[in-house]
Amino acid sequence: MEEQVKKIISDDEEYVINMGPQHPSTHGVLRLVVSLKGETVKRVEPHVGYIHRGIEKMTENLTYPQIVHLTDRMDYLSAHINNEAFCLTVEKALEAEIPERVKYVRTILSELTRIQSHQLFWASFGMDLGGLTCFFYGLRDREKILDIFEETCGGRMIVSYNTPGGLMNDIHPNFQKGVKDFIKYFRKKLPEYDQLLTGNVIFEQRTKNVGMVTRDEAIAWGMTGPVGRASGFSCDIRKHNPYSAYDKVNFKEILYTEGDTYHRYKVRMDEMWESMNIIEQLIDNIPEGPYSAKMKPVIKLPEGEYYQSVETARGELGVFIVSDGNKNPYRVKFRSPNFVHLAPLDLMSRGYKIADLVAISGSLDFVIPDIDR
Amino acid sequence: MEFSIYDFSSFTAWIDQSLRAAMAPGWAIAIELVIIGVVILAFYALVGLFLIYAERKVCAFMQNRLGPNRLGPYGIFQTVADMFKLLFCEIIPIKNSDKVLFNLAPYIVIIASFLTLGALPFAKGLQAVDLNIGIFYIIAISSMSVVGVLLAGWSSNNKYSLIGAMRSGAQIVSYELSVGLSVITIVVLAGTMQISEIVEAQRWGWFVFSGHIPAFIAFIIFLIASTAEINRGPFDLAEAESELTAGFHTEYSGIKFAFFFLAEFINMFIVSGVAVTLFLGGWMPLHIYGWNGFNAVMDFIPPIFWFFGKTAFVIFIIMWFKWTFPRLRIDQLLKLEWNYLLPINLVNLLLMAFIVLMGWHW
Repeated sequence: MEEQVKKIISDDEEYVINMGPQHPSTHGVLRLVVSLKGETVKRVEPHVGYIHRGIEKMTENLTYPQIVHLTDRMDYLSAHINNEAFCLTVEKALEAEIPERVKYVRTILSELTRIQSHQLFWASFGMDLGGLTCFFYGLRDREKILDIFEETCGGRMIVSYNTPGGLMNDIHPNFQKGVKDFIKYFRKKLPEYDQLLTGNVIFEQRTKNVGMVTRDEAIAWGMTGPVGRASGFSCDIRKHNPYSAYDKVNFKEILYTEGDTYHRYKVRMDEMWESMNIIEQLIDNIPEGPYSAKMKPVIKLPEGEYYQSVETARGELGVFIVSDGNKNPYRVKFRSPNFVHLAPLDLMSRGYKIADLVAISGSLDFVIPDIDR
Repeated sequence: MEFSIYDFSSFTAWIDQSLRAAMAPGWAIAIELVIIGVVILAFYALVGLFLIYAERKVCAFMQNRLGPNRLGPYGIFQTVADMFKLLFCEIIPIKNSDKVLFNLAPYIVIIASFLTLGALPFAKGLQAVDLNIGIFYIIAISSMSVVGVLLAGWSSNNKYSLIGAMRSGAQIVSYELSVGLSVITIVVLAGTMQISEIVEAQRWGWFVFSGHIPAFIAFIIFLIASTAEINRGPFDLAEAESELTAGFHTEYSGIKFAFFFLAEFINMFIVSGVAVTLFLGGWMPLHIYGWNGFNAVMDFIPPIFWFFGKTAFVIFIIMWFKWTFPRLRIDQLLKLEWNYLLPINLVNLLLMAFIVLMGWHW
């Protein structure tokens, strides 16, 4: 038995190290078994499941409004977008009329969520590459968004602000002013991010031409979000299959064709500018009206299969519900972007150095609870 | 006995004479050695504590934080408390480690930096030993610390440690060349290896100014290469915490970890001190030829303050590097040395030799 295990993990020539489950650069309890030859990575074997909570199974015993709160706990940096994805699927199944106000507020909050997620990405990516100062700059500005969330949603990170049919509450009276102040503030601060990291020679050397993914590979492996778009795969759900208020705003889909670590970083930096543009178009035009559609006290979906996908900060999040007509779903499946991005990590990092492996896994921006669910 | 803060040689001579008057010369020398050892040891701990505090404050201000601010005014006792914590910390025994080498490694690292301090001139007459090959001695002794790092990585029986130690070995062996060559550039200019004479030669102009362009290039290269040699960011590959957790000292705990930690900070002080001695005039005040009033004002500031002030400036630059730049990759690190720094350095040395040959340097 021991012989067998040895063979599976490595042959004797390889120098095998265990990155994780407790390791500073895996951003959580991800375990990477890395085979090395000197400093060069020969193979990466991701081991998942350290934080598996069985969210998809748990949903089968919960009602639809309850399930919304579980979706926060998957990709906790896109908590609001996850909520929205699930609520959109339920609303699609019920064919409910959703008030315009709800759509606008959801879109604004989604974009704020995207900005704060990318801020944290920038912060931790800098730290992965050894530039510790980035972390504090990123978190300083992220705090402002979390304050807006706290005021309106009640929660800072795990917001749970959506319910099937609308929102939990109306927005806080200070919401519009707070968001506008933040945008004004952040438009000044975002160039600082570039000054500190983007143009740096060491940073460019560390990231350019590292972890290449071609467009075909990105499509074949199902890579979406900033990772796919850096390889030239036009996959922005907001553009191609608009939901909420995305059909009412003008924005660019950020596309690069190089497909290396640097451009995955660049997509996220540009997306922060675009997100601010989207918010500015919506923030002054939030229509008056109810903050939630009239829903039945007990939500039962008609029998059938329903699917809706949204664009989270990391890629395409798909929610697939099979209903048998009860107040609980028969089966729920989440198509989470991080799990999909983990699979090609081996492909992307073979032949590069250990330091590159850290940069590549940093540029995929893993949130481990989203991988394990 | 007359004591002057401008010249310590009368003070040290007085100690020597009174000891020799009281006992046999052999005993006097033995006691002097003990005094020097104790003074340097105390100085070592003091500088270490202060530098750790300074680093925490500097990095805090660069990162929009406050840094230590609870214990004492501006948190100045924080590092003292940390030191006591590390002293009483349990040393976790490691299974299957090479016990002898594992315990020996931190001492090699700390002894290397300890011995180097003896040759640094802190002020006029305040130098433990003024060897005629002083600068050569400093380079030779300070590169001993790589042996300790290699042993630490090898003996702790940890794969991360081993990678860290190997990186450190490759790095120090490479960058030692650049440090050596940029030092030789200055030795060519000064015409001596004796540290007191190098400082004396800078009375009418620090070498970084009076040595024309080659001295300035040598100064820049020395700063880069010595930052790499003491394993500080952006060259801290040996302990790259996002890749190797803590590199070669992953398995060390308690006071043994503190030794590595302290040695790193003292090494930073030493390379800054050497940079100051070679390029920025050591303890020599800033003199401009012909400006007698200005020179008199500069002379009024005691040399010891000049030395520590300049050293603090260089240390600040090294800290600034660390908290701004991301880390290099191992192949880029070696490429930087062998493809860029070394050729530039060799040409620079020839240029300096030519300048000295033509007699343009005074």
